[in-house]
Amino acid sequence: MTIHLSIVLWLPLAAGLLALLVPRAAARWVMLAGALMTLAYAIVIAVDYDTAQRGLQYVTDETWIRTLGIHYKLGVGGLNIVLLLTTAVLFAAAALWAALRDEPAERPGLYAALMGLAQSGVMGAFLAQDLALFVVFFDLMLVPFYFLTLVWGTDPEKRGAAVLKLFIYTLVGSLLMLVGAIATGVLAAEGPGSVTFVLSDLRVNLISSGSQHWIFLVFALAFLIKMPSFPFHGWMPDGYMQMPIAPLAVFTAILSKVAAYGFLQIALPLFPDAAVKYQELLLLTALASILYGSAMAFSTTQARLVLGYSSIAQLGFIVLGIFALDERGADGALLQSANHALVAAPLIFVVALLASRAGGSEDLRDMGGIATKAPVFAAVFLVLTFALLAMPGSANFIGEFMILLGVFQAKTAIAIIASLGVVMAAVYALRLYIRSMHNRVGPLVQARELSAREGLVLVPMLLVVLALALYPQFALKRGERAVAGSLGATKVVQKQQDLVAQAKARAGKDAAP
Amino acid sequence: MTPLLAAAKVQAPDIDWAGLSPLLALLGGSIIVLMAGLLRPRAARAHVVPFLSVASFAAAIGCVLWQWDERASLIEGALMLDPLTLIVALIVCVAGIATTLIAWRDEAAQEIAHGEFFALLLMSSAGMLVLAAAQNLVSTFVGLELLSLPLYILCASHLRRASSLESGLKYLIIGSVGSATLLYGFALLYGATGATDYAEISAQLVKKGLSGDVLVLTGIGMTIVGLAFKASLAPFHQWTPDVYEGAPTPVTAFMSVATKIAAFAVIIRLFDVALLPAVDDWRPVWVAIAVISILIGNVGALGQSSLKRLLAYSSIAQAGYVLVGFVVVTELGIEAVLFYLAVYLFANMAAFAVVTLRERETAAGDDLGAMRGLGAERPLAALAMTLAMLSLAGIPATAGFIGKFRLIEAAADGGYTWLGIVIVIGSMISLAYYLPVIATMWRDEAQPAPIEPGVDPGTGRAALAGAAPEADVAARPTGGWETQLVALVMGGAILFFGIFPQPLFDLVRRGALGILGLI
Repeated sequence: MTIHLSIVLWLPLAAGLLALLVPRAAARWVMLAGALMTLAYAIVIAVDYDTAQRGLQYVTDETWIRTLGIHYKLGVGGLNIVLLLTTAVLFAAAALWAALRDEPAERPGLYAALMGLAQSGVMGAFLAQDLALFVVFFDLMLVPFYFLTLVWGTDPEKRGAAVLKLFIYTLVGSLLMLVGAIATGVLAAEGPGSVTFVLSDLRVNLISSGSQHWIFLVFALAFLIKMPSFPFHGWMPDGYMQMPIAPLAVFTAILSKVAAYGFLQIALPLFPDAAVKYQELLLLTALASILYGSAMAFSTTQARLVLGYSSIAQLGFIVLGIFALDERGADGALLQSANHALVAAPLIFVVALLASRAGGSEDLRDMGGIATKAPVFAAVFLVLTFALLAMPGSANFIGEFMILLGVFQAKTAIAIIASLGVVMAAVYALRLYIRSMHNRVGPLVQARELSAREGLVLVPMLLVVLALALYPQFALKRGERAVAGSLGATKVVQKQQDLVAQAKARAGKDAAP
Repeated sequence: MTPLLAAAKVQAPDIDWAGLSPLLALLGGSIIVLMAGLLRPRAARAHVVPFLSVASFAAAIGCVLWQWDERASLIEGALMLDPLTLIVALIVCVAGIATTLIAWRDEAAQEIAHGEFFALLLMSSAGMLVLAAAQNLVSTFVGLELLSLPLYILCASHLRRASSLESGLKYLIIGSVGSATLLYGFALLYGATGATDYAEISAQLVKKGLSGDVLVLTGIGMTIVGLAFKASLAPFHQWTPDVYEGAPTPVTAFMSVATKIAAFAVIIRLFDVALLPAVDDWRPVWVAIAVISILIGNVGALGQSSLKRLLAYSSIAQAGYVLVGFVVVTELGIEAVLFYLAVYLFANMAAFAVVTLRERETAAGDDLGAMRGLGAERPLAALAMTLAMLSLAGIPATAGFIGKFRLIEAAADGGYTWLGIVIVIGSMISLAYYLPVIATMWRDEAQPAPIEPGVDPGTGRAALAGAAPEADVAARPTGGWETQLVALVMGGAILFFGIFPQPLFDLVRRGALGILGLI
């Protein structure tokens, strides 16, 4: 029983509320200080994390709402430790971006408070070890992004409608998930008054196979909408176009990973029968996302949407890895979650920098030739592009390789088609780079080198990407055992089904002669 | 001589004054308030009267807390003092205080005269208490009429506005139809069972095996229709938007919260006690009404530009959610109903307080446009309104989320998981009208605020009284700190109970105990 996770969880919100009270000029710096302190705390926890030990560490377990049986239970384990750290890194980068660029000009205190709430919400979703608490944070983390887009969004005319669509779309998923979560708690209870939502208890008292099916589908829907995954991505283009840069960076990078994490942390261990039953459905959805996302990323001219659609494809790979229901695939998926988050966020910043050099337009047709006077910027962008397309040597390559390896074991045909996605990633990522940095110089383009302030945001993130490329074991070693744990229940179900199938085959053989 | 006199002494009826004290506080308060309304100085009328009204409600709350652990049958079994009564009384009195504060500077209260306005408010609250405590058909009906009659007048109290008079008349007619239907239903139930007492009706239903009887079925049907009218449940809701829109806003606030709470108290008592043996007959009807209310309320609220109409439709939907807790007929369900009603009180009062504030401050009335720029002008009021909307929509960290959680849990526990799904489908639709309200408040509006009459466009200050023809408009009451206080306190309650709901759960838990235990 420790308080450390509670500190790390609520520190961003506390800093955000403090930023509301301080003078305008200081608000952004208070937000930055909060994010950096959170990052420092998260690093200490991640370094101190004992990889040899099984199970959760730093557990905090208090009864939150006795009547509902909801516990305030937090803990770090192999599944969430790296994602927690990634969250802290990304929010620190976003706060740094806002502070160095004096964004936003208006109401910085409110902005800081909302970003703080967003970070606490995301971290809460990663840390929660209680199903109801997870749902609370999963819904809560969306609220600040609604306000951030509403007040500081790109286009005053369109942002209201766009963010309304985003909010309703994603809440459709998470409200259904709420019913699913409550039903899980009630069905797993042994008697009246003993309802509990603590995940470790629910993993032991699995609900009946019939109930698992619909509840699994509800959870899967919520996660797939949040990612987003084809065909539930309708909110994505408008939402991405209207969201301000720093919130968009964390939104695309980390909120989608909460959904991926949700599959590993909740859907597979709690509903193993259903996960095995719907394996093909999820794999096909993932495959469709990869192909659709890649094709759209190749055809759109909006730089932001290239990244938006590419993240549909990347999340497709992650789902593919998880639903290979094989350790290697899931390990790769977890690694890829961190990889993609760390690459997607700086690329969003890069898009903003490109736009600032291309007369404010984010359209690829208005860009071109930006590399001419900016070798450092070009180099940074190129490294990030290589990481996005999973060039060998990057951690993304390792992640995708493991995912495909896992899928080859499970469903060879799907893996072969999914491999196309790797090729397509190279096409759209390089297209983004070439069309903006090289080619003919755009009409309004004024190429210039990274300024010190811009570099201060991008270079540290680049270093993190490089560090993970050199030492991916940092993530893999922490994840392995926990991934095996969350696949355990589905393995049992698969084994049982195999045995039943063998027995049937044998019975058929015996009956035949 | 002496022994004879002693023998002739009339046995005085035993009156449980303590048990009746909350009711007496309200009724006595209403008389005192009426008298204080006769004071000559205008300032005294305008401030002493509402103060006394608040004091009466506070006294009633004091009596409720004093009687908290009591359980007594009052007036020969006509009323029952039990936790359910006390909790409903508590909620009604809190709503009453909030309403008084919102109405403190209201034009309606001035026009109809302060004494009358607040005395009627107190009397209506007393009716709600009687209704919640009623143990037989007669006292139920008496309570219902005591509740309704003052409200008819209050709705029409904005004498110089035609829509207010229309609202009062409409409410009177529809309300009377509802009452008449209910009374007819009661008569049929009495005819079938030969009893007016709830417990006795229940016993007779079992004894005579009347569960499929035509007389009972018709009686139940008409009772449901009558109560659905009163609680503004679809498809008997058509009057609600018009009446809510026309009535003075503080009255609308009171109606939307307190009437609903009293109506649910009587629904619980009547159906979970008296008619429990016939549960299979009436449950499908209430289930249908719940589903229809959730859908019609939420769909109807879409695209409403008048905030009061929007909240009227939203209240229909919210009543539908609450019904879900009732139809499962479990203690968990009743608890969920009471919890949700308390939460609903916070959200609606905060919302209506802010609406009233803007009605007085801007020329836009209760139109959605009145909320424009509120986030920049009055961040705290905007925060309260935001919390209210999020709570009604059921977003986490607000009390509304916990309330919905409990309702869905009760539904799942009672084998009605699909009703839980209906609730969340309703919530999804509701986001499409709650969120635009929030968006209007916080979005930075480029267009300048409309120039208000009575404000010098050059300086932005109020023009000198008498210097302009709009001088009497300039004298319009300001928003009033009392109204803002209500918004802030209710907003704070939404947040507090959204994070620490346990005290509220402990409070309402008692209310559910022993209701279903009668069989």
